[in-house]
Amino acid sequence: MLGIIAAIIDGVLIGSVYGLAALGLTLIWGVMEVINLTHGAAIVAGMFGLYLLANAVHIPPYATLPLILIGGFLVGIVLYWISVHRLMGRPPLMILLSTFAVNLVVIGLGTAAWGTDLFNVPVSLPSVTWGRYTFSGTHILAAALTTAIAGALYLFLYHTKLGKAVRAVANNREAAELAGIPTTRVLSLSFGLGVALAGAAGMLIATMFPFTVLSGDAYQLKSFVVTALGGLGNPAGALVGGIALGLIEGFAGQFMPVSWTLVIEFVLFVAVLIIFPRGIFAFRRA
Amino acid sequence: MSGKTTGTVAGEQRASLRRRPFFWIIAAVIAAFALAPAIGNNVELRESLLLATVYITLASNLNIMLGYAGYINFGSIVFFGLGGYTCVYLISAHGWPLAAAELAAGVAVSFLALVFGLGILRLRGAFFALATIGINEAVQAFVSNFEPWGGAAGLYLPTTIFKPLGGPMRALWVVYFLLVAVMGASLYLSYAVKSSKFGLGLIAIGQNEDAAVVLGVPAPLYKALAYSLSAFLPALAGGLYFFKSAFIQPSDAFDLNLSTEAMVIVMLGGRSTVTGAAIGAYLYEELRGYLLTSQTFSSFQLVISGALLLLIVLFVPGGLMGWIYGRWPRGKEVLE
Amino acid sequence: MSALLAVEDLGKSFGGLRAVSGLSFTVNEGEIVGLIGPNGAGKSTVFNLINGVFVPDAGRVQFRGGNITGETPYRVARHGIARTHQVVQPLAELTVLENCTVGACFGRENLPLYRARAVAREAAAFVGLEDRLAMPAAQLTIAGKKRLELARALSAQPLMLLLDEELAGLNATEIERMLEVIRSIRARGIAILIIEHLMQAIMGLSDRIVVLNSGQKLAEGAPAEIANNPAVIEAYLGDPALAASLHGGAPA
Repeated sequence: MLGIIAAIIDGVLIGSVYGLAALGLTLIWGVMEVINLTHGAAIVAGMFGLYLLANAVHIPPYATLPLILIGGFLVGIVLYWISVHRLMGRPPLMILLSTFAVNLVVIGLGTAAWGTDLFNVPVSLPSVTWGRYTFSGTHILAAALTTAIAGALYLFLYHTKLGKAVRAVANNREAAELAGIPTTRVLSLSFGLGVALAGAAGMLIATMFPFTVLSGDAYQLKSFVVTALGGLGNPAGALVGGIALGLIEGFAGQFMPVSWTLVIEFVLFVAVLIIFPRGIFAFRRA
Repeated sequence: MSGKTTGTVAGEQRASLRRRPFFWIIAAVIAAFALAPAIGNNVELRESLLLATVYITLASNLNIMLGYAGYINFGSIVFFGLGGYTCVYLISAHGWPLAAAELAAGVAVSFLALVFGLGILRLRGAFFALATIGINEAVQAFVSNFEPWGGAAGLYLPTTIFKPLGGPMRALWVVYFLLVAVMGASLYLSYAVKSSKFGLGLIAIGQNEDAAVVLGVPAPLYKALAYSLSAFLPALAGGLYFFKSAFIQPSDAFDLNLSTEAMVIVMLGGRSTVTGAAIGAYLYEELRGYLLTSQTFSSFQLVISGALLLLIVLFVPGGLMGWIYGRWPRGKEVLE
Repeated sequence: MSALLAVEDLGKSFGGLRAVSGLSFTVNEGEIVGLIGPNGAGKSTVFNLINGVFVPDAGRVQFRGGNITGETPYRVARHGIARTHQVVQPLAELTVLENCTVGACFGRENLPLYRARAVAREAAAFVGLEDRLAMPAAQLTIAGKKRLELARALSAQPLMLLLDEELAGLNATEIERMLEVIRSIRARGIAILIIEHLMQAIMGLSDRIVVLNSGQKLAEGAPAEIANNPAVIEAYLGDPALAASLHGGAPA
């Protein structure tokens, strides 16, 4: 019993980071109905951002987070103009292919630079003991930072003029355009935000687990599962879905080898999409 | 009433496919593939064309979903890999002859695709694409853990396996000719689907699924059938390919690069065209051969595939055939 | 005359909002019935409930005496109900002939390809698109796309047509030509349920009119009765142009 409870709490901590990654995916979908297949690459970029900044430039690990957020935001805006803007209004197939193509380029460059070796960023934080349970400090701090970022995103979306413009565009792009909102700028900004969130999630994951250039695919799949659970386009659902996935992983890890996780997650993903097309935790969209 | 029909809709009479020139163009391609290396016993040419037959098979079948029905299948390689595994497993563990193992692989994988298809094809557009990425990941993870199939280490075939085909040297030729046959069948299948009512329904779905359904196209059934149909020949190709290697492991069988390459090929040649998949495969194979031998480019294969795909999607969404039809509209009637 | 289509006590809500409720009406063979009402009255929703795009929460849809409530749109099409869309939905990269061939192949007769093409040609010619058979649908003008919607629906050889604002966005000449086409469709014995905002047009065209307001039936009757119905006039008071046109004024 001891093991299970600890694993479940740890699952919640890790799951919140999955939620953060999924937030990036779901934000982009919510605003422009685009599935961003550079998502996995953005997560990996966050991981290697941490690795480079911490190991080569010797910035303290957690101090890289703002840099990665800003960098991800700027890269995201560039990506929007390269791979999405020209294709808005064309069949959705085209944007899936173009973002997939960019993903290939990024992963290809990463593989050329670092191969597929396992990387690890040593982060020394004291672990926290609570009664008979011990939790890793990195996991706790990752969950705390996730909460902070999600809170900041909430404040931005609901209490700033720009955030309200983002929501207006998500709600009805044509009406927003008529109301004088520069929708194209809002779209590129949202894409930037989505990529920044994915990068930040990647950075936090890299403080907890080792990673390779190819890790993006697995974490991208996790984000799909999370958005399926929470309802695509639903920010609150993404966080709840992330925690739910962390719980499921923590729980399942007690009964079967970790290598089965992907199979379970995929089955869950398809089952949820088919049975609850709008997500188990689908709240009304903001 | 001068408007001669184009594209998917052919002449007014119930003309058999054989009476149209394109039938014979495909036949000529097959003959060229079969004869070119056989004359003069050119083993090097055979090995290079063998890869082309695999590319053409994968791309033609992917085109049924991606080109006709407009559904991205990121995991088309699953059919190839599962076909390979089924075939190698039946031969190694149960001593089945190649022909029986091949047939079983094709049928089993198509059936599995039908079951998957009825499930995930209820998902529309982007959601379907996501599910196919998941299928690839999940199947690979499953097979890596599946002990009867050797787990992550894979399965080997003993060298004695080639005896019934007249020894290793002859067996390689037999496998090559069989792959050429599978490629030819893929081209004819792609052509037959495109010229049929079924194909017209798929293309209507690809254009506007809501409108197609209102017009009476039974979209869920058609999509599931197309998905299942596009699994059969890649499964056969996978069986032959891994029989030839006498070895199969998850990372080779479910190599996402091959899925990606098949997509690049379809887009390069022009989606929704039979010829495009073949020419795209040939061009890509040439390009790849050049890149692999070039010192500078060999490690940038993914980057180049990706950049190529991006450029096509952004600037030539119709691919090579779309470009040709744009300049020579009557081309649609000759090169489908 | 027997009822071809009978809608009984139909209801549909979206997230607590009642789009249609307690709606009943019939369409007889060979009849043109107009469905009118202010914007947001639920007219297009009624079409979507009849042809299965939405599944009703309550009530029944009967066609030729059989229950087709909640059947998928492709099955409804096979029964012989074809429709056009308010916002045109061409199969953009396919030619005019191919668009119509889809209609003929998968419509009521479920024709094989080679026979469907002949039907498609005839339907395209019927609406006046015979000189644009090989043109991709995306290249048609808006009036051309409206005609294509109609030709595609006719290709299905339906027993009944649902026409959703076929006249919207057309100029006066185009409207006149479209009205001619609609009259000749009726002359073929095909029943028509038509949504239209141009009052003069629909009053002249319809045998009977059903008036919807907030998803409920407000009135039903011959055009002349409807034009003098106080309840209808009151419902349209918020829309003076429409109220005026009910009295035989100029089209809005």
